Amino acid sequence: MLIYDRRYRSMTFQVIVFILVMALAWWLVNNTIRNLAALGKDFNFGFLWQRAGYDIPQTPIPYTSDDTHLRAAFVGLLNTLIVSILGCIAATFVGIVAGVARLSNNWLIARLMTVYVEAFRNVPLLLWILIVFAVFTEVMPPPNAFRGDDPAASMILFDHVALTNRYTAIPTLAMTNDPGSLDLGARITFNWATIAFVVVLIAGWIARRMIRDWAQRVQDQTGGRPTTWWMSLAVMTVPSLLLILYFGLHFETPELRGFNFSGGINVQNGLVALWLALTLYTGAFIAEIVRAGILAVNRGQSEAAFALGLRPRRTMSLVILPQALRVIIPPLISQYLNLMKNSSLAIAVGYMDIKGTLGGTTLNQTGRELESIVLMMGVYLVLSLIISAGMNLFNARVKLKER
Amino acid sequence: MKTSVFLGTVAAATLMAGAGMADTLADVKARGELNCGVNTGLVGFAAPDANGNWTGFDVDICKAVAAAVLGDASKVKYVPTTGQTRFTALSSGEVDLLARNSTWTFSRDTDLKLDFIGVNYYDGQGFMVRKDLGVTSAKELEGATVCIQTGTTTELNLADYFKANNMTYQPVNIDSNAEGEQQYMAGACDAYTTDASGLAATRAAFADPENHIILPEIISKEPLGPAVRHGDNNWGDIVRWTLYALIAAEEYGITSANIEELTSSSQNPEVQRLLGVTDDLGAMIGLDKEWAKRAIMASGNYGEIFAANIGEQTPIGLARGLNAQWTQGGLMYAMPFR
Repeated sequence: MLIYDRRYRSMTFQVIVFILVMALAWWLVNNTIRNLAALGKDFNFGFLWQRAGYDIPQTPIPYTSDDTHLRAAFVGLLNTLIVSILGCIAATFVGIVAGVARLSNNWLIARLMTVYVEAFRNVPLLLWILIVFAVFTEVMPPPNAFRGDDPAASMILFDHVALTNRYTAIPTLAMTNDPGSLDLGARITFNWATIAFVVVLIAGWIARRMIRDWAQRVQDQTGGRPTTWWMSLAVMTVPSLLLILYFGLHFETPELRGFNFSGGINVQNGLVALWLALTLYTGAFIAEIVRAGILAVNRGQSEAAFALGLRPRRTMSLVILPQALRVIIPPLISQYLNLMKNSSLAIAVGYMDIKGTLGGTTLNQTGRELESIVLMMGVYLVLSLIISAGMNLFNARVKLKER
Repeated sequence: MKTSVFLGTVAAATLMAGAGMADTLADVKARGELNCGVNTGLVGFAAPDANGNWTGFDVDICKAVAAAVLGDASKVKYVPTTGQTRFTALSSGEVDLLARNSTWTFSRDTDLKLDFIGVNYYDGQGFMVRKDLGVTSAKELEGATVCIQTGTTTELNLADYFKANNMTYQPVNIDSNAEGEQQYMAGACDAYTTDASGLAATRAAFADPENHIILPEIISKEPLGPAVRHGDNNWGDIVRWTLYALIAAEEYGITSANIEELTSSSQNPEVQRLLGVTDDLGAMIGLDKEWAKRAIMASGNYGEIFAANIGEQTPIGLARGLNAQWTQGGLMYAMPFR
């Protein structure tokens, strides 16, 4: 009988399940369309081109209330990216330090890190975000306290930074010799000076690699390695310093004018609180991943390194971490994805990310729930896939290569 | 993964869109309870008291409708909704009636498929600031940080007002009135803006209301009213005429105190029709003869409801102003019961 044929049987079941899944999908889609039609609603993204009409506190690209909902969503997307990227960088740093420190032979450091990891891992992220934000709004002085000849609060870092209960006012970079901006259309611009710095830094980095390779070649041929540190330092810094002099780059310090500080950059407390909470929360998870990765490296490896006379720090950076990375990278990808998705809690502290603009005000003002949510899910999905793809490329480079 | 995500969305949307096309009156009667969407907490309009009982100006609308339809003003399930969730709650069928100080606007009435059935409070958007700020006019708010509830008409008015006056501001987006209060009290914003009635109610809850002023500028028209789903006209009629019954009762001098007496003794044909003594108006909307009488008895007529919750004798202390009867120079005008 055919039913006893394994290949035939597995094929049959797969076909049946596939048909059932498709039927369910068709039923759900059909049901949605019919119910929407019954409510007199259509599925239509036209609202994205209507005037948004609301303002956003933090706009990485120029935006006014006269712009479209689409641009508002884009501003939100950029805000999501800003907090996600800052969070990933900081969480990685915190996680590596905490993970390594938790394995320290120093009793106090190891225990402190255990307390940190357990405290942040086991309390919901939303509570951490709210607590950090509450600390900022309740403890920091209002901008008004900086006023007068004998103010109640004063700026820190040589009168350059003001911590207030609304934002952190930090100095902005200004130029006396502004080269103008590259216009990408849609009022998105890049200053030529920024582009120049990026180009110079990349060129410096490439030059440094070339110097290193050259030194290696000389060493291979002659046995003596030329002194290169001053060359590397020079190619990395001198062009940048020249650019700074050329553009007349300097700090512009924020000043209290009217109700608020102006002249500098006011970093919203919502962003700082969200970033800090995301960093510490995800950092605790990354610490555990790092610890697991290090513990996964056989003890014999470090013993062998010590026997060869490597000092503990060199052992960690040259022997243990490169091997541990193979174990660390895959779960680290998940943590980055989590951090990016968790940033959608931003609205709790009034930070307008894509959930706050497209999924918040736009959704509410236009009443296009399904469209907004579908669009937002698509955006998060694409972002996640991009992060995954990038990290998988990195993983392919560090993973164990069997030849 | 892509398919499963999509299916999830569709399933959620289906659940949301599934309800709500039926006969709301029959649903409410079968359930024996009115689901009424109210504010999550705005003293005077809708807020639970120490015992968890909801009271307020909007809550009394819910009670009047429950009394008219179910014969018992206590048969109401209050569903707290935020500025963001309220219209979804209504259009998905989670609530039968939304009495949540919501502004009647063109797009909400048409595009969001709601039906505003009338206006129970004529309001306008204002600003509240601390007295020691020394600000006396909204025109002096150049560069100020302003707390604003997201998803409200006030968010759009605020943007328009500052743009029209060529001023800049920093918005601080908050989700609920309670959060706004907290941010404002902590000094995280210079001004708090919402409907003037909401500002008065919020200020009344402060420990030091005398240190805060509401600026004189009213920057928008905010006609607040109960809303129902578009499409069920009979249910809309019931809620609309329940509100009119409360307003008309004040006009004719029917109060919760004298309603029994007037039912038996009044010779005024308008009063007789309203209270179901002569004509049977209730049958025309699927209710019994005494529906309006019960609605009025629930918490009194419009004037009584106003005085008890937000009037000048309460801590909120709102004057009748535009909300006086048309005979007193206000805008409250019930259509004739005939």
